Amino acid sequence: MIAEEFILKHGPALLVAIPLFAAFATPFISRLNEKVRNAWVLLALLLNIYVLFIVGRNVYHHGIQLYVYGASNPGLALPSGYVIPVRIIFELDALSVFMAAITMLLSFIGALYSISFLKEHDGLDKYYTLLLLMTASMLGMELTGDMFNLFVFLEILSIASCALVAFRSERGESAEAAFKYMMMSSLGAMFVLFSIGVLYGQYDALNMAVLSKRIEYNLLDKIALALLVAAFGMKAGGAPMHMATPDAYGEAPASISIMLVGGSQASLYALFRVVFTIYGGMLDVTSVGWIIIALAIISILIGVSMALLQTDFKRLIGYSAIAEIGYMMLGVGVALAVLNDGATYGTKALEGGIFHILNDALDIGLLFLVAGAVYYTTGKRSLNAVGGLARNMKYTAFFFIIGMAAVSGLPPMNGFASKLLIYESVYQLNPVLSIIGIMASILMLAVFAKVFQSAFLGPTLPEHKDVGEVPAPMLLGMALITLLIIFIGLFPRFVLEHFVSPAAQALLNRMAYLGAVGGA
Amino acid sequence: MFTLETGSGLWNPLAWLIAAIVLFIIAYWIRTFGEKGYKKGTDQEKIFFAGNEAPAVEAQHVRAANLYWGFKEGIGRWFEMLRDMHTGLATDYVLWFILTLAVILIIISLGKGVVQ
Amino acid sequence: MIWNIPFVAVAILIGLGVYAMMFKKNLIKIVIGLNLIEAAVNLFLITLGYKKDAVAPIYTNAPSTNMVLPTPQALTLTAIVIGVATTAMILSFVMMIYRRYGTINVDEVRRLRE
Repeated sequence: MIAEEFILKHGPALLVAIPLFAAFATPFISRLNEKVRNAWVLLALLLNIYVLFIVGRNVYHHGIQLYVYGASNPGLALPSGYVIPVRIIFELDALSVFMAAITMLLSFIGALYSISFLKEHDGLDKYYTLLLLMTASMLGMELTGDMFNLFVFLEILSIASCALVAFRSERGESAEAAFKYMMMSSLGAMFVLFSIGVLYGQYDALNMAVLSKRIEYNLLDKIALALLVAAFGMKAGGAPMHMATPDAYGEAPASISIMLVGGSQASLYALFRVVFTIYGGMLDVTSVGWIIIALAIISILIGVSMALLQTDFKRLIGYSAIAEIGYMMLGVGVALAVLNDGATYGTKALEGGIFHILNDALDIGLLFLVAGAVYYTTGKRSLNAVGGLARNMKYTAFFFIIGMAAVSGLPPMNGFASKLLIYESVYQLNPVLSIIGIMASILMLAVFAKVFQSAFLGPTLPEHKDVGEVPAPMLLGMALITLLIIFIGLFPRFVLEHFVSPAAQALLNRMAYLGAVGGA
Repeated sequence: MFTLETGSGLWNPLAWLIAAIVLFIIAYWIRTFGEKGYKKGTDQEKIFFAGNEAPAVEAQHVRAANLYWGFKEGIGRWFEMLRDMHTGLATDYVLWFILTLAVILIIISLGKGVVQ
Repeated sequence: MIWNIPFVAVAILIGLGVYAMMFKKNLIKIVIGLNLIEAAVNLFLITLGYKKDAVAPIYTNAPSTNMVLPTPQALTLTAIVIGVATTAMILSFVMMIYRRYGTINVDEVRRLRE
């Protein structure tokens, strides 16, 4: 492999530095030529995927990797004479690498799709800059081991994603959606900073591993935990605090909606990191676990029910994205609620929830790309105005069928594998949860069957008579995701054993996370 | 290699695919027992509209807001309650967030202390 | 007891900020409420580092070496800069809304409902 030693030594920093540098160089490069800028963006993301591949393989085989900023040796957390780490540390365990892989996949597909989706827009140099900034911030959130660093990357993610939500500035609704999303994100981030202050004031530490060793779960810690759970839950899209999320998903361009899904999942990862690792040993698992389960059930029910009422295509997919976040939180919440009982179904529920993160990113991403394709060819956002598109857009219709089957959990797609894991393990905690989950899956199929009938089936409407197929980069992006969906659907055990189980074990293995940093 | 083991069951997608293909072949074979021909261009091809003239094909397309009308009428109260919840006011978004935060605060503060 | 006044001020400011965000109808007032919450959290961070009879953490011509904690001051600087960027962006969204809608009343900026 090229430059493997250098990448192994400085990999975690390169993963954030490459998109950041590419983001700030993009406005200069785009003065040359449009094609050069597109190639630059794609090359930067491909280089980052290569770095992630090497770093990830190392982490999966050899355990947690540290990167200490500013030390003489990047692995040196405790120089001589120190008992706690004082520098900012990136701590990569298997779950971080898993989430980073999902982020890189989503941002590469988004950039590839937007090459032809937004070709006639101006201001594209700022668009690609913000897209690379979003990628860097999501990777930073998923790799860091320091609480204040998490807050800084969370704010970068909010600012970059809200600026991109308002990209279509000729519509007033985009500005309204961006205002509401920015307001809620800022409010949540301020509460996150408040709780970081509370934790710092008590224990004089910002590093996650040191906080985890020192935390005592007195009343102030409980307040900090409640603020963190609420703020990260809202950013991930848990109901009933979800209301800004479908606005943002519906008004952003389709290639940005797919990255907003990645942003929600990065916030979900931060929630899991706080609950399992920082508070891991000292938590009251019953109350916090059941709070997450309650948020999950409300998200599933509200998401699916509101999706039935919508007529705007992307807003409908936004509501079903909220329902899918509910499934992830259901699996992990059940795992948290039985953490101290040692039941085996807790581990299976955790694996199901984490597997569903990967599956949901692919499924909802594919549906957003299909919605973008429909908007690109017909110019219509509402489902009331389109019809009979399957005659002219055969490939898009095929991708939509695959996405619809996957998101509602029909065999043999990947959605079924992860939902089966969640249903069977959640059933053993409380059968009602599993019944609500299955019912919501069937309703999800109903929602997307409605979309398929109104947009793709039926006679060709006279105003859409000469609609053609979408250009090649968009088709290529959709085809890549479809191939992954079919592959994961046909070989679920391969993906589960090699990628998901180490990630679930890393989340449960709090002692390894603490031991990697060392000290007292 | 192909079988996923959940904690309490098995799932083998390739076995499912093979079963689905076999069932499809059986269904197709039964289909070939049916009536093979029909006279094109006569009344056998037209849509039955209770004896009246069917409207033009393009006007028959059911739009998205009208699908599932019966479902929405049947459980209308649940949907009305949800619609009233989603007002679209920016201040209501903050209200829901603070309300949920308050509920989570109360539940966590009243929970047990340190796990023994 | 008097040393707790900054914490009480933080609580009052957060309460006022959340009240402004929840009950005011003008979009600019909502942004002002958000700014109040940011200011309160910055004040909270600075207050955490205080030690009794301590001076500012600057080594040049320092009266004594008993200094307040410098780490919260670094955190607060970062938070202030982030707050400036956030306020600038959210106010530009309010300007865009005014240009397209003609009003900045929350009751009328409601096209994305249900």
